Amino acid sequence: MTTHYLVLSALLFAIGGIGVLTRRNAIVVFMCVELMLNACNLAFVTFARQHGNIEGQVIAFFVMIVAAAEVVVGLAIIVTIFRTRRSASVDDASLLKH
Amino acid sequence: MNAPTIEYLQLAPLLTVFGAAILGVLVEAFAPRYLRRAMHIPITLLSLAGAFALVIVQTVKGVPTKPSAMGAVAVDGPTLFIWGTILVLAFVSLLLLNDEDHFVPAAAAVPGSAEEERALIEGNVHTEVYPLALFAIGGMLLFPASNDLLIMFVALEVMSLPLYLLCGLARRRRLLSQESAMKYFLLGAFSSAFFLYGTALLYGFAGSVDLAKIGTALGTVGGQDALLYTGAALLGVGLLFKIGAAPFQSWKPDVYQGAPTPVTALMASGTLVAAFGALLRVFWIALGNLDWDWSGIMWGVAILTMVAGAILAITQTDIKRMLAYSSIAHAGFLLVGVVAITADPKQNALALSAILFYLAVYGITTIGAFAIVTMVRDAGGEAWHLSRWAGLGKRSPKLAGLFAFFLLAFAGIPLTSGFFGKYAVFQAAVSGGALPLVVVGVVSSAIAAFFYVRVIVLMFFSDPAPDGPSVVLPSWGTASVVGFAALATVVLGVFPQPVLDLAQSAAGSLFVH
Repeated sequence: MTTHYLVLSALLFAIGGIGVLTRRNAIVVFMCVELMLNACNLAFVTFARQHGNIEGQVIAFFVMIVAAAEVVVGLAIIVTIFRTRRSASVDDASLLKH
Repeated sequence: MNAPTIEYLQLAPLLTVFGAAILGVLVEAFAPRYLRRAMHIPITLLSLAGAFALVIVQTVKGVPTKPSAMGAVAVDGPTLFIWGTILVLAFVSLLLLNDEDHFVPAAAAVPGSAEEERALIEGNVHTEVYPLALFAIGGMLLFPASNDLLIMFVALEVMSLPLYLLCGLARRRRLLSQESAMKYFLLGAFSSAFFLYGTALLYGFAGSVDLAKIGTALGTVGGQDALLYTGAALLGVGLLFKIGAAPFQSWKPDVYQGAPTPVTALMASGTLVAAFGALLRVFWIALGNLDWDWSGIMWGVAILTMVAGAILAITQTDIKRMLAYSSIAHAGFLLVGVVAITADPKQNALALSAILFYLAVYGITTIGAFAIVTMVRDAGGEAWHLSRWAGLGKRSPKLAGLFAFFLLAFAGIPLTSGFFGKYAVFQAAVSGGALPLVVVGVVSSAIAAFFYVRVIVLMFFSDPAPDGPSVVLPSWGTASVVGFAALATVVLGVFPQPVLDLAQSAAGSLFVH
């Protein structure tokens, strides 16, 4: 029965991954990364159920905390870029190349 | 229910660094502005020195034979060597970081605004860089020591998150600095999501995230190959990103260029050492019995990394980008040692000790090279463009000579530490049966030597521009960093045996698990 959840988690991870690669707005890119982390959480909880041990559920809590910390740092960086450039597009920030 | 046992003495170096970082946050919160810097410097430097002393105490007392903290952290021979290396590199980078005017006076102010001007006049400084650096260093210590994948993920984030912020805090060329922070952050977060999904799949495969238990499950669990292979691949992507191996290398030049140079020095040395420790632990313990399956891919990655790093470095016109590509090439040389794994523990110990030695000598030379980059300045900040370095050898021969020496060490010329590092890794790879890889390694070293020599020729044999960059008088911090790096590069190049022996005895016990 747990297969459905694993398929859902893989789908969410793939949607997140594709989003990171195709979207232009840094905030949306970042949201896609968060989606990927949540897909991981779903997989952890499902596997915890499958194996009948609690480890996976505990890991999900750790991941949530780490994701929250990542949001703090990420939004700070993206907001600074936005204030400087008046744009949060990842294509506009292209001074560093070659 | 039993309370978990925690071996505080074994974990003391880690706890010291994290404790000092928290103390630093408290200083930020409660100390008056004018006192903060004076309080941060001793806290930071003393905690790193203290942690180093504790590592030595632990080494003298004998290396633990089983993991600490209920199997979460493994303080074994390789870990202690890596800790010692990272702490020395971190101490040296912090002397560099400690110099004034590398960091922005008010990070929240828009570049060029009146607000920034005011902060500059008032002489504000972001003293937060000290606790941030300490947190990053704490993460670097935990990352290679973690004995399960959850701790490794947390350590990866503790190491990376402060570095993302530090990258965006350069005082000059702030647009570049902010851009590098954003690129590093988005790509780093993306890669850590891969790491985590790989962890989830391996947990599904083995029912545990403990490295040793995953290793055991390889032989006992059947019919779950999809989970295992996908999980291992995703985990590998996350780890290879951190060391900057091709095809995940593209962040490195951008981030190394945009970040404040002392932060670049810390990343190029400490992060690389930590990430290699973690990579070895995952691939040798958890996936060691799977080496038939991953070593082919790792061969490809190593070849691609060495060749891409060496060839792309030739096309660079920016000194920091060139050093970044050189760091990519060196990551490739180190990967040659990683694939030298066999069923024979003696051979593995040989390869491991070679990698440990290489990491130590490469890290210290890198910091020296970046320290010199901080000293060559234009009106608008550090002179990064290679054309500005033309004729530097005629204007300040001492500085150019030292830089040339560091470059020769990167190239692996005999009588520098880089030679013995490369020799040890390649020798281990040959006895591990990876001769073709070593041939590619030697050829790319030759290509790499070409662009190092090109810079040396540019510095010594072309005429200086009339409006060329000025070489600032180094502070005692920067001067001692350059001095220490040069000394270490010479001594380890002429008399490497003590450190080689140390690496050998550290690697002798391999990883405990």
